[in-house]
Formats: sequence, structure tokens, C-alpha cells
Amino acid sequence: MSEQSQLVEYALRLGDDALVLAQRLGEWVARAPELEEDVAMANVALDLLGQARALLTYAGEVEGAGRDEDALAYWRDDRDFRNALLVEAPGGDFAVTTARQLVFAAYQYELYERLRSSADQTLAAIAGKAVKEVHYHRDHATQWVLRLGDGTEESHRRMRAGLDTVWPYVDELFDADDLTAALSAGTAPIAVDPAELRDPWQAYVGAVLAEAGLEPPDDVPARRGGRQGLHTEHLGHLLAELQHLHRSHPGATW
Amino acid sequence: MAGTDEQEAAFYAIVDSDGRIEPRDAMPEAYRKTLIRQMAQHAHSEIIGMQPEGNWISRAPSLRRKAILLAKVQDEAGHGLYLYAAAETLGVSRDHLLELLHTHQQKYSSIFNYPTLTWADVGAIGWLVDGAAITNQVPLTRCSYGPYARAMVRICKEESFHQRQGFEALLTLTRGSARQKAMAQDALDRWWYPSLAMFGPPDRESTHSDQSMRWGIKRFGNDELRQRFVDMTAPQADVLGLTIPDPDLRWNDERGHYDFTQPDFDELFRVISGDGPCNRQRMEHRVAAHTEGAWVREAAAAYAAKRAKRAEAAA
Ligand SMILES: [Fe+2]
Ligand SMILES: [Fe+2]
Repeated sequence: MSEQSQLVEYALRLGDDALVLAQRLGEWVARAPELEEDVAMANVALDLLGQARALLTYAGEVEGAGRDEDALAYWRDDRDFRNALLVEAPGGDFAVTTARQLVFAAYQYELYERLRSSADQTLAAIAGKAVKEVHYHRDHATQWVLRLGDGTEESHRRMRAGLDTVWPYVDELFDADDLTAALSAGTAPIAVDPAELRDPWQAYVGAVLAEAGLEPPDDVPARRGGRQGLHTEHLGHLLAELQHLHRSHPGATW
Repeated sequence: MAGTDEQEAAFYAIVDSDGRIEPRDAMPEAYRKTLIRQMAQHAHSEIIGMQPEGNWISRAPSLRRKAILLAKVQDEAGHGLYLYAAAETLGVSRDHLLELLHTHQQKYSSIFNYPTLTWADVGAIGWLVDGAAITNQVPLTRCSYGPYARAMVRICKEESFHQRQGFEALLTLTRGSARQKAMAQDALDRWWYPSLAMFGPPDRESTHSDQSMRWGIKRFGNDELRQRFVDMTAPQADVLGLTIPDPDLRWNDERGHYDFTQPDFDELFRVISGDGPCNRQRMEHRVAAHTEGAWVREAAAAYAAKRAKRAEAAA
């Protein structure tokens, strides 16, 4: 794979994570437990959508085949999506969503924090903007993990179940492969080695869970495959909804 | 108002001089009740209004439009927050007002009981529904109740932004393919009369108008505002290249206004009383979100109480 196509692939991984999670969070709008959370969910979804647009636009530019953000979002099939499985799982109840938000925002925070010094200036700039947004996402998720973990018996039980639901998808976030190895090698790396993020992620998430009186589930068999386009059945449905209108009017401007 | 003559005189002195009544001022009990009812209905409309537009977030036809729509629906949630907070200055809680909504004791704008069937409906709502809302609400920025007036200043700014975005979304459709243009026309055909009905019944049948005028809550009659909306909107339809579904709509030089056909007020009353296409769906959705979220709100309250207790023990 040329360095150019590696960079496209890398930008798609980051961009698809953000796009698919934005789509999931959008499902909460007008459905949240309280009005403040409708606002917060929309806010996080908007930030992620903004990141996705910047990353997909960049992927298209580097690719040089004339594909813009919409061509990449609306005209790829699920086998061509590169997001981690974590973000495509259905939102479940508020505890599942909260568990996922903590896991993902803590991961994204460590990632963007380091990607700010990428040798690729566009990725560095995108990360520099995103890290501030993600800091808020992580904080928001943290507050809710504490409230739910240390709230009522029911919320504690649900929060534990939420962690059980998302935990199988944690390991994949930190998987290194040939692509990340190639892009994160050398003295001026473009990408961040995902494996490097595991320890700081663990330290943050572990501390939050401990304060909330929760424990990370152990002995959970890991699920992976998203980075290779091997998704769960959920992604096809998510994309069917996301893409249907755009695809029904090929070539139209909106 | 505990009803001394001096208090009443002081209240009317403020209202008559176009001043603002603030939460701690004495006010007639009927004034307070009217305001609570109106602000609550307004807040409820903001949050129920998130549903018909939220219906298209997942399917928005471009990422840019998805972002604009998400931001708009987020604004509407924010409007709900300001308005419930403004109502709370009169001593009613948001929880209580939501309870009244959920048990059909308070209403929301009838317009949100119509379905959003195509993407063009999102544009039509921005253009027409937010447009009608602005026409109704700009005078409320001078309402005699201070917290309500101030909330409306902020809300109106955002609503006019929504209105322009809706217009622009429709303009893109009418300049697009034949199918897109047909979609836009169909949306206008369905949303025009319900939007006119947003101004309420004709003044001669309106029950609360006179008293609200006297109190400086309402500044203009329903008919005048409806006319203002038509006068503003008809030329915009021309720019869009769309036809307003009213064969009698035409400029009247003598009056200096457009003549137009009134909406079907029987339909308005049917929809207000529960018999619109989506009344049941909107309320079921709202109540389900509230019910399913109860354990979350309880957890947040329990956690806050525990923290307060710990802080107290530590002090
Ligand atoms: Fe609004
Ligand atoms: Fe609006």
C-alpha cells in the first residue's frame, strides 16, 4: 500500500468512527432522559459530525479521485466502512450509551492529544481542534458514570450491564496493525500507535469506574473486525437509514 | 396579588408606562396564571417541535444538512430550557409543567401535530413555522413580564436564523432536479394553511386577547399578525419559484396588503382538541422518553444527595 493510500485509510478509520457515533447519538435527540441531555447529546453528536466531515474531506483530497465528504459517507457500502465495532452498536438504554461514551471519549482524547503532533499538518490541525471537544465529551460521560454508578440500586445495576454490553468492543480500539505500524514509525510519525493509548486510557477509565463503585468487566471475549470492514449486522441498518435519501437522488445537490 | 389597591395601582403604572414586571413585583393572580399558561405552552411547543424535525436527523441528505438540522433541533431544546426557566420565576417547576403536558392539561402548538413526510418538510418548517413563530414572538420581546421578554430576545435571534436556513434549504431544492422541486412544492402545499392557523382563531373569536392586551402580554391581534406573515412570506414564495396553494392570494394595492384565504379554523380546533394526524404519536413519544428516563433522573438526584451529605460530613 502506498503511503498515500495508507493515509486515506487512516483518515477513514478516524472519520468513520466519528460519523457512525454521531449517527447513533443523534438518535437520542428528542428522546433523552431530560432536556439538558437532549442538548448535550446533540452537542456531542455535532462535534463528532464536524470531526467526521473534516476527516472524510481530507481522505477524499488525499485520495485524489474526486470524492468529497458526502461521496464517502453516502456512497460506500458497509464493507468499506472502517469504524471500530464499538460505535455501531445500538445505543441501548442511557447506561449503555454512557458506558460507550466514556470508553470512546477517553480513547479519542488520548488519541487526539498525541495526534496534535502528527507530521501531517492537516491531521494535526483536526486533532488540535477535536481534542478540546473530546475533553468535554469525556468529562460529560464521566459525570454520568459517577451519577449512575453511585446513584440508585437500579442505576448501578444498569450501569454494570452497560459496561458488560460495550466491553467486548474495547480491545479493538487499541489494535495495532501493519497500517498503524507503517504510519507511526520513524522520527516524524503521521499516525498514533493505538497500542500506546491503552495504558493512559486504562488509568483514566479505571479511576472513574473506581470512584463510581464499578469495576471493569473481566474475561470478556473481544470482538473485532471493523478496521477491515467486517462489521456487525447493525452497521448495515444504520447506513441504510443514513444513506437512503441521498442515494435515491443520484447527483442531486442538497 | 394579595390585592391592595396600591399594589394594583403600582402594577398598572408599570404596565401602562411600558415598563417590565419582575418576579418579585406584585402582580394580579390572573396575570400570573395567564403568563404561566402561555410560557408553558410555548416551552412545550419548543420541545414537542423537536420531534417532527428530529425525524429527519438520521436521514438528512448531506452531512452539512445533517449538522444544520442537529444544531437547529438543539436550539429548540435550548428554547425549551429558557422558557421553562422563565416560567419557574413565577413559582412553578419544570417537572410540574411537564406533568401538566403529559396529562393533557396543557397544550402545545397545533402545528407540530402534522407529519414531516419528506426532506422538504424540514425546509418548509424552518421557512414557514419558524417564520410564523418569529412574527408571533418578536412583539413578545416587549412583553410586560421581564423574564419572558428577555428569553424572547434570545430565542427570536435564533428563530430568524432557522427561518433563513429553511428558506435556503428550499431554495436549493427548487433550483435542483424536477423531483426536488416537486418535493418542495408538495411541502408548501401541506404546510401553508397549518402555518396560517398558528396565529390562532380570528380576533372576533379569540377568548383571551383583550385581557392579554391590557396586561401588555399581547401587542397585536391574531388577524394583524397573520396578515403580517402573509405579507412577508408571499414575495419569498415568488423568489423560491413556488406557488402558495391559494388561488385568491394577490396583492391588494388599496389595502397595501395581500388578500388571502383564511385557514380552516374548524380543522385548527379539531387538531387542538386532539384530533390531528400526529397528536397521539407526539404525546406517546414524549411520555415514553420521560418515563424511560425516570431512573436516570432519580439516579442523578440520589447522587447529588449523597454528595451533599458527604460534603456535610467532611465539613
Ligand atoms: Fe424555537
Ligand atoms: Fe426554531
